[in-house]
Amino acid sequence: MTHKTLVQISKDLAAGDYSSRELTQDVIADIKARDSIYNSFISVSEDLALRQADAADARISAGTADILTGVPFAHKDLFCTQGHATTAASKMLEHFVPPYESTVGQRLLSAGAVCVGKTNMDEFAMGSSNESSYFGVVKNPWDLMAVPGGSSGGSAAAVAAGLVPAATGTDTGGSIRQPASFCNLTGIKPTYGRVSRFGIIAYASSLDQAGPMCQTAEDAALMLNAMAGFDEQDSTSVQLDTPDFTADLNLPLQGLKVGLPKEFFGPGLNPQVAECVMTAVKQIESLGAQIIDISLPNLELSIPAYYVIAPSEASSNLSRFDGVRYGHRCDQPQDLMDLYCRTRAEGFGTEVKRRIMVGTYALSEGYYDAYYVKAQRIRRLIKNDFARALAQVDVIMGPVAPTPAFDLGSNTKDPVAMYLEDIYTLSANMAGIPAMSAPAGFVNGRPVGLHIMGNYFNEAKLLNIAHQYQQITDWHLQTPATNPAKEA
Amino acid sequence: MSWEIVIGLEIHVQLATQSKLFSGAKVGFGAQPNTQTTLVDLGMPGALPVFNEAALRMAVAFGTAIDAEVCKHSVFARKNYFYPDSPKGYQTSQMDHPIVGLGHLDIQLEDGTTKRIGVTRAHLEEDAGKSLHEDYDGMTGIDLNRSSTPLLEIVSEPDLRTAKEAVAYMRKMHAIVTTIGISDGNMAEGSMRCDANVSIRQKGQQKLGTRAELKNINSFKFIERAINIEVQRQIDILEDGGHVHQETRLYDADKNETRPMRSKEEANDYRYFPCPDLLPIEIDEAYIDAIRQSLPELPDQRSARFVSQLNLSPYDAGVLSASRGLADYFESVVAVCNDPKLSANWVTGELAKYMNQNNLEIDAIPLSALQLGQLISRIQDDTISGKGAKTVFDELWNNAGEVDAIIDAKGLKQVSDQGAIEALVDDVIAQSSKQVQQYIDAAADKRGKMLGFFMGQVMKASMGSANPGQVNALLKQKLDALC
Repeated sequence: MTHKTLVQISKDLAAGDYSSRELTQDVIADIKARDSIYNSFISVSEDLALRQADAADARISAGTADILTGVPFAHKDLFCTQGHATTAASKMLEHFVPPYESTVGQRLLSAGAVCVGKTNMDEFAMGSSNESSYFGVVKNPWDLMAVPGGSSGGSAAAVAAGLVPAATGTDTGGSIRQPASFCNLTGIKPTYGRVSRFGIIAYASSLDQAGPMCQTAEDAALMLNAMAGFDEQDSTSVQLDTPDFTADLNLPLQGLKVGLPKEFFGPGLNPQVAECVMTAVKQIESLGAQIIDISLPNLELSIPAYYVIAPSEASSNLSRFDGVRYGHRCDQPQDLMDLYCRTRAEGFGTEVKRRIMVGTYALSEGYYDAYYVKAQRIRRLIKNDFARALAQVDVIMGPVAPTPAFDLGSNTKDPVAMYLEDIYTLSANMAGIPAMSAPAGFVNGRPVGLHIMGNYFNEAKLLNIAHQYQQITDWHLQTPATNPAKEA
Repeated sequence: MSWEIVIGLEIHVQLATQSKLFSGAKVGFGAQPNTQTTLVDLGMPGALPVFNEAALRMAVAFGTAIDAEVCKHSVFARKNYFYPDSPKGYQTSQMDHPIVGLGHLDIQLEDGTTKRIGVTRAHLEEDAGKSLHEDYDGMTGIDLNRSSTPLLEIVSEPDLRTAKEAVAYMRKMHAIVTTIGISDGNMAEGSMRCDANVSIRQKGQQKLGTRAELKNINSFKFIERAINIEVQRQIDILEDGGHVHQETRLYDADKNETRPMRSKEEANDYRYFPCPDLLPIEIDEAYIDAIRQSLPELPDQRSARFVSQLNLSPYDAGVLSASRGLADYFESVVAVCNDPKLSANWVTGELAKYMNQNNLEIDAIPLSALQLGQLISRIQDDTISGKGAKTVFDELWNNAGEVDAIIDAKGLKQVSDQGAIEALVDDVIAQSSKQVQQYIDAAADKRGKMLGFFMGQVMKASMGSANPGQVNALLKQKLDALC
C-alpha cells in the first residue's frame, strides 16, 4: 500500500481488492519492519486497530461505508484515545491511558477510519523539530540527517515514509504546516474553532487547532470533512455548518487574487526556498491568478508576541500535571511541595520547563502588563494586518519556513534560533485564519512547501488552490523511494 | 483610646443550579466522594469547560436585585495556584470584568435606622474540591464532588462598622439570595459563607488600618464572634505598641480564636489571565431587563407590604421578611387564621424560640403553617387560651398530631359557658370573705391589682380551662357590685 493515496485505498477497499483487516495487518507489519529507521510512532494499537478494521469490513460489505471506512491513519499522540496510551511525548504521561476519546478521534472512528497508532511529536507539542520528545528524535524520511519538523514530526514522517496515507496533527504556531513542508506533504491548519479541541491535550488553548496531514489536497479535504464540525464540548468551537471541503476542489483559479507579503521574502529567507516558492506562485499565476504585492507590517512582532502568549497559556494548562490524579508521580514524596517539585522536575523535559518558566514569568504580578497585555495588543495588530490584506486579496502566499529541513541537532543548543524558524507560520495562529502547506519542490533533496493562507472559514478555497496546483505539478507525488538520493 | 472598626465582607453564595458551572455533573451535598464529577471536574488532559447559562441568569438576577450595574461584557479568568483539591492547577473565576459591578444594600440597624452598604462587585467562579485529612491514616483523600460548583462571590465596600452590622448585612444578603431563588442559603452545608476583612483605626482617622482576612466563616453567630475576637486581638496589639500584620486568619469556633493560616495555604501571586477556553460573556439590555422583570417580591418590598397591608410594626415586618422561607411560612399562617398580628407574634415569638433552641431553619421545622394557623384560629375563637396554645404548640413540635385532637386529649378547651363560670366565680367570692373585705376597703385605683388573687382562684378551680377574659369581666362586675 506504500504511498497510495487515501482516495486510492478507499477505492481499493470498495472494490474488494483487499479487506481493511488485511490492509491494517500490512500497515502494522510495515511499521514494525521500517519505523525503527524514523521513530515516527510512539505506540502501535494493533488490537484496537484490528477491531476497528473488522468493523469497517462489516460496514463495507453491508454497503454502509463512508469514504474513510477501513482507511488506516496515524494519530498524533496529543489526541486522547480511549483505552490506548496517550503520552504527549512526555515522561509525565508515559503510562496515561485516557478513559475517553477526543472529539476528532471520535469523528474519524465514526467515519470508519482505523487508528493504527500514535505518532511521535515534540513534548506537549512544544518544538519545531521533533527533538524534544521523551521518546527520541524522529528522522526525516527524505534525509535521515534532517529533522522532520515539529511539533507534528512523527505524523509527517509516518505519511512521508509511506507507512500510512494520512495522519492527524495539531498546529499552535506551525506544527502541521512546517513538518508538512519539511516532509513534502499537504497539511492544513483550519480556522480556529473549525475543529473541536476537546480531548486534545492543550498546549496554548487560544492558538491550538487540529488538522490533517496527507499526500494530496484531495485527501486532506476528505480527512477535514470528517474532523471538522461544531462540538458543544468545546466552547471555542464555532457553531457553523461544515461544508464539503471537496466540493470546490475543481473550481478554476481564474481571477484569484494572490497577495505576496513583502515581509515573507525578507533577508532571513533561504534564496533557494524563495525560488521554489516564486516558481509555484508563477505557476498559479499561469492558471489565471493575479499576483499582488501586499504588506503585513507587524509580522516580525509575531515571534516575541507568540513566545509570550503561548508559554503563558501553557504554564497554566500544564499545571494539572501535578502527580496527584494521573501521570508521573515522584517516588516517596516527603510533603506536598516535594511531590509537586520532584514530579514536575522529573516528568517534564527541558523545552517544556523553559516554556512553563517563561509563561509563569510573563503572567507574574508586575510583568503581566509589560508582557502578556502587550503581546495581546500585538496579536490584535497582526489580526488587523490580515484583515486589511484579505480585504484586498483572496489568499496570501509565501514560504512556510525560512529554510528546508535543517540538520538534526543543529538548533537544539539555541532555543531562540529554533523559535525564529516559526516566523512565517505563527501569524496565522495569532489571527486564527486557516493556512496550509503544499509540496512545491526540493532544495538539495529536502522538500519545500508553499504556504497558502486565507480568510476565516475559507479552507475550501485553500484546498481548491492546492488541488489545482497539484493538477499541474507532481511534487506531491514524489516519495523518498522515487527520489532516494539521501536515504541512508 | 477610642477605636473605629472597619469591616468588608466577601460572601460566597453557592448558586442553586442543577449542574456545575463548567460541566454537566450534578451539584449535590453528601454524595460518595468523586461520584459527582466529569472529566472536566477531574481536570483530565484535554477536557474543556462549558459554561452553564443557568448560573449567568442567577448572577444577573442578583445584580438587578441589588440595583447594581450588570456588565454586558464579562470575562472568565484563571486564578493559578497549586493545591491537591484544585484539579486543574487554577480556579476559573472573574477578575477585571466581573458580571456584576457597583450596587448597594440597605441594612436595618438596632436603633431602627437604615444604613446603606456599598457592594463593590459580584463575580462568578467555580468552587474547589475538598481535601479529607481525617479518614486516611497519614494520607489525604481528595473529593472533587464540589469541584466546579458555581459560586457568586459578593464583595462589599469597607462600609461596615460593627460585628452586628456585618451580621445584619449577611442576613440581608441571605434574604435576597433565598428570595430570588438563586441559592438555598444553607450555611451549615456551606451554601453561603464569608470572608471578613477586619481592621481598626483611631476614631476620626481617614487612613485604613492594616487588615486581617478571616476566612470561611459559615454561620451568622460565628461572623459576630470572629469579628469581635479579631477586633480585640488587634486592639491589644496596637495598644501594646505593636503592628497588625496583613494576613489571612482562620476562625476556630471550638477555641473561639483566630489564628494565622499556614503560609502554604496561601499563594501570593495568582497570575490571573483571561481563560482562553471560555468566550467572554456578552449579554444585552433586553436579556437583563427580562430577568429584572421576572424577579419576585424582594425582602424590602415585602417588608413594606407587611406594614402597609397587614399593619405589622416595621420591626416585625423586617424580621419576618428576612428570609423567603420565613416570610412564606408567615403568609401561609395568616392565610389560615386571618390574623396577621397574632400570626406575627407566634412566628417571631414561640416559633422563633423553638427554632433557635433546636438550631433549625424554617424549612426543617416539624410544624406546618397550616397547623400553626389552625392553632391560632383556636385562640381567636376562644377555644383555648394563649397558655393552652403553648402546650398544644409544644406537643405539635415534639410529637406531631392534629390541633383539635390535642386540645381534646389534653383537656385544654376553655370553659366559656357563662353559667358555669358564674358558678365558679360565686364559689370563690363566697369562700374568700377576708379578701373580699380587703377589696371593698381598698381605694378604687388599687382594686385592679387585687383582682389577680380572685382570678388565680377561679382559674385553679376550673383547672385552667375557664376563659380568662370572661372570668375577669365577671369578677370585676360582681366584686364592684359589693362595694
